[in-house]
Amino acid sequence: MIYLEKISKIFPTGSGEVRAVRGVSLDIKQGEIFGIIGFSGAGKSTLVRCINLLERPTEGTVTVDGTELTGLDEKQLREVRRKIGMIFQHFNLLRSRTVYDNIAFPLKKSKLSKEEKHQKISSLLELVGLSDKKDAYPSQLSGGQKQRVAIARALANDPKVLLCDEATSALDPQTTKSILHLLKQVNETLGITIVVITHEMAVVKDICDRVAIMELGRVVEEGTTEDVFVHPKEKVTRDFIGTASNVDKIYELIDQGNDLTKLEKGEKMVMLTYSANNAGTPVISYLAEAFNVTANIIYGNIDILKGKTIGKLVVTLSGEPENLEKALAYIKERKVELEVIKA
Amino acid sequence: MNIIYQIAPNLESLGAELIKCIGQTFRMLVISGSIAFVFGLFFGVLLIVTKSGGIMANPIVYKILDKIIDVIRSIPFIILMVLLIPVSRALVGTGSGVTGSYVALIAGTVPFFARQIESVLAEVDYGLVEASASMGFSPLEIIFSVYLKESIPGITRVTMITFVSLIGITAMAGAIGAGGLGDFAIRYGYQMGYRDMIWVTVIIILIIISVIQGIGNFIIKKTTH
Repeated sequence: MIYLEKISKIFPTGSGEVRAVRGVSLDIKQGEIFGIIGFSGAGKSTLVRCINLLERPTEGTVTVDGTELTGLDEKQLREVRRKIGMIFQHFNLLRSRTVYDNIAFPLKKSKLSKEEKHQKISSLLELVGLSDKKDAYPSQLSGGQKQRVAIARALANDPKVLLCDEATSALDPQTTKSILHLLKQVNETLGITIVVITHEMAVVKDICDRVAIMELGRVVEEGTTEDVFVHPKEKVTRDFIGTASNVDKIYELIDQGNDLTKLEKGEKMVMLTYSANNAGTPVISYLAEAFNVTANIIYGNIDILKGKTIGKLVVTLSGEPENLEKALAYIKERKVELEVIKA
Repeated sequence: MNIIYQIAPNLESLGAELIKCIGQTFRMLVISGSIAFVFGLFFGVLLIVTKSGGIMANPIVYKILDKIIDVIRSIPFIILMVLLIPVSRALVGTGSGVTGSYVALIAGTVPFFARQIESVLAEVDYGLVEASASMGFSPLEIIFSVYLKESIPGITRVTMITFVSLIGITAMAGAIGAGGLGDFAIRYGYQMGYRDMIWVTVIIILIIISVIQGIGNFIIKKTTH
């Protein structure tokens, strides 16, 4: 649906140039929710603006729904943009217009009749649950309501793609959840491909089918959300997962020399990550039975990724050295992700 | 009526002259005001869109316009008026009288108003412009539907400020024979020493300004949400 090929964006500044995006290629499929996550300054906002050419890439090509956008002139581009909705961190609603008129705004250039437009707007208001607020002005709405209006506005021209630039970053966790739920609903009921830019792993965890992790203008890792979550390859990815699951706390505890993390001689502290496929296996109890290795649970956490469970356990294993080796081999055999964090 | 003549005794003989002068001031305000409004708005918008980072960024146009505005604004109006007499002759056929004052009044107002418009439009969140661009609106549509429409309260506010300053400069137009309330006050209040006529002029000007400000405040109230 969206095909980015070797996108680079260079901003000239007074003191040399800033390479915001460096050779990014992505293939986003029809109907999926694709997340692009990165810390601030990673280039993700610039990248998403390259998709509808709000920023024209310095190099590379952008193809959306079979049309190469980078080859179009301004007039053709404006036509295509109407089929690419976009929402923003700060909502960008028109203050002088009511909720109804904000949603009507992108329909200005539409060929629909007055009656059809009215129908369209009413159904969008219903979709985002704001029918009773149609005559309110943006200043009378909460952040979550403003974003709902922005979503309705972005959907007015029946887009095939919806770009979300940090759409939930200005909202509280509760409101974030409801907006994500709405996006998911839009994706499922209207079949719209959604690209989500965020710095919050929780957002990716909740709704994204696939995710790309960006750092310093490059995509450093890409895959299904579950894969990336369970088998992170890059440090930055692990940092993000840490922010979402709190499991990084254990490293802090180790650094602080907390009593919980003190090991006796011969003990090993390991982190086990198990996914839906092997979550049912009674690994821990089997270790005691078969290898006479006891496991002392220090920290545990279960995440739910788009309905699938991902568990993380930090345990201290103690037993005879050769038994410990066997136990670790057994854990790996059961396809449980294993990381020795202290030995 | 008698009570008014008691307070302002010279009004009895100068009443007709005063009304003529009010008419002259009104002609200057309405005609040069409306033309200056259109030009000021146009150049204010041009400043915003051609600025670096604007939707039609064009550093050359911006710099030239920016400098011209600064130059004209730095010339005292009374001098500008005399300076522009040949231009006025070329454009409207005369360099004196009410008709001869229009060019100078417009030239004296437009740069001031354009700057004010520029600062009002600069307050429009660039996010709105970006959002409209993402919906497929052209730069011209963005100017009208976003920049101008969203700024109606601000534009009204600076229009009132500019209007007051325009009243100020019409008072000087008497120097090239345009008459008006300023000229009336100088001739009768200063040269003839009729203090009551100064007061009458001041009150009339205050009324004009109050009415305009009342209308402006009403528009601002209705358009601010």
